[in-house]
Amino acid sequence: MELFLDPMKLLLATAKDVLPVLGLLVLFQMVVLRKPLPRPGRIIFGFCLVLVGMACFLGGLDLALFPVGRTMALQLAKGAQSGGREIWAAYGWIYLFAFLVGFSTTIAEPSLIAVANKAEEASYKAVSSLGLRIAVALGVAVGITLGTFRIVTGTPLYIYILAGYVVVAIQTYFAPRMIIPLAYDSGGVTTSTVTVPLVAALGLGLASNVPGRSPVLDGFGLIAFASLFPIISVLGYAQMVQWIVGRRNRKT
Amino acid sequence: MAMRTGILHDLIKTIGAALLGACRDLAPIVVVIALFQVLVLRQPFPELFSVLAGLGLVIVGLAFFVVGLDIGLFPLGETLAEEFAHKGSLVWLLVFAFALGFGTTVAEPALIAVTREGARAAAEAALIDNTSAVIQRYALHVRLTVAFSVGIAIVLGVLRILRGWSLPMIVVGGYVLVMVMTLFAPKEIVGLAYDLGGVTTSTVTVPLVTALGVGLARTIRGRNPLTDGFGLIALASLTPMIFVMVLGLFVH
Repeated sequence: MELFLDPMKLLLATAKDVLPVLGLLVLFQMVVLRKPLPRPGRIIFGFCLVLVGMACFLGGLDLALFPVGRTMALQLAKGAQSGGREIWAAYGWIYLFAFLVGFSTTIAEPSLIAVANKAEEASYKAVSSLGLRIAVALGVAVGITLGTFRIVTGTPLYIYILAGYVVVAIQTYFAPRMIIPLAYDSGGVTTSTVTVPLVAALGLGLASNVPGRSPVLDGFGLIAFASLFPIISVLGYAQMVQWIVGRRNRKT
Repeated sequence: MAMRTGILHDLIKTIGAALLGACRDLAPIVVVIALFQVLVLRQPFPELFSVLAGLGLVIVGLAFFVVGLDIGLFPLGETLAEEFAHKGSLVWLLVFAFALGFGTTVAEPALIAVTREGARAAAEAALIDNTSAVIQRYALHVRLTVAFSVGIAIVLGVLRILRGWSLPMIVVGGYVLVMVMTLFAPKEIVGLAYDLGGVTTSTVTVPLVTALGVGLARTIRGRNPLTDGFGLIALASLTPMIFVMVLGLFVH
């Protein structure tokens, strides 16, 4: 908030963040490859746009997405505490909210659509683009939901991640080899720049409002779950497709 | 003069398209939150005006950021990645790979946002001093650690593509390392470290790193751009978890 009131300071801080990238690229182009910069005016203009854009984005995060994530966590947690049911069951609305945010932001994610289309092409339509997108979106949605359940119950994060890793390792052994690198990457690609801050704020807000949880110990993990579960769901989808195709071939 | 207006016209068109794209990114979140406010919580949203202003800033910022990247940094980065993939000098290729991973990650907006939240949470829990200088330094250290580990991941990924190492072996090995580090790292950093794995790779990193991977897989005989080009992102989501936990050993 204090940063937003001082746009010059925010712009300067952003410049410090982005300058290294430009510096590196220019250095490699001019010193290592010994070639002049192509269209320097265009590069500088693009860089200025990046600067202004990032400053606006970070300012907007502080005004909108962070408070929204925290407020939703606060309001939904308050509603749950007036119930008087079993502690984890009382937070039903939170789980539904987490699931919907995860599914809806992922299914429309442009980079996922691009990757899914490429995979459909490369597999000669064995893997359908829409099927893959649904698999990833379900993975993210289930991941974030389970992450909120973990925050509510306060169980240790590493147990879930360890179990997830074991499942991924077993699936890797059985899944068709072509899909493996794509499945591994789908975990990292799907969490977009807009979703990440909101989900992070939701987790931290939830941990500070559920009695007995601490933000530092329990508030994280939602993004980790959202990156792990798509790997499992994409590998699972590929295995399912393989099984169906295999059974059809045996019949004919 | 006519050419100038042509360029301006194109620019307005691209920014318009980027604005639409940013709105589409945010739309699912806004719809889900609005649904919950109206149907479940049935209470007015606090500070609605500042949240709306913030959302506007996020949309404008994201659009400018993406257009700036498209016209300034991406063309330069992509030609560089192609040139280094073709050049044949292994040392320079690896140096470039590290610099690309490091430089793009440092400038990742989602990473800046989440490290800031993580530092604030650490300060609230009294793990570090609650002054803005200390918080900023802590966030910067975490961010640099993540950028360093993504650099290492890209170097490892490039070597994998060149030598044809098996991706599952490296990833499962990485999983084991993550679990071993979890045993030793202070438990306050584990959640943040796990989350940072998923945060690192988005708007800036994915396109440039994918360009490098696909360019490399294309120049080497007998490599398939789909199976060998992917996999860099997976490694870049894995190493930050390990290195941030190492950082935790030193800080806490």
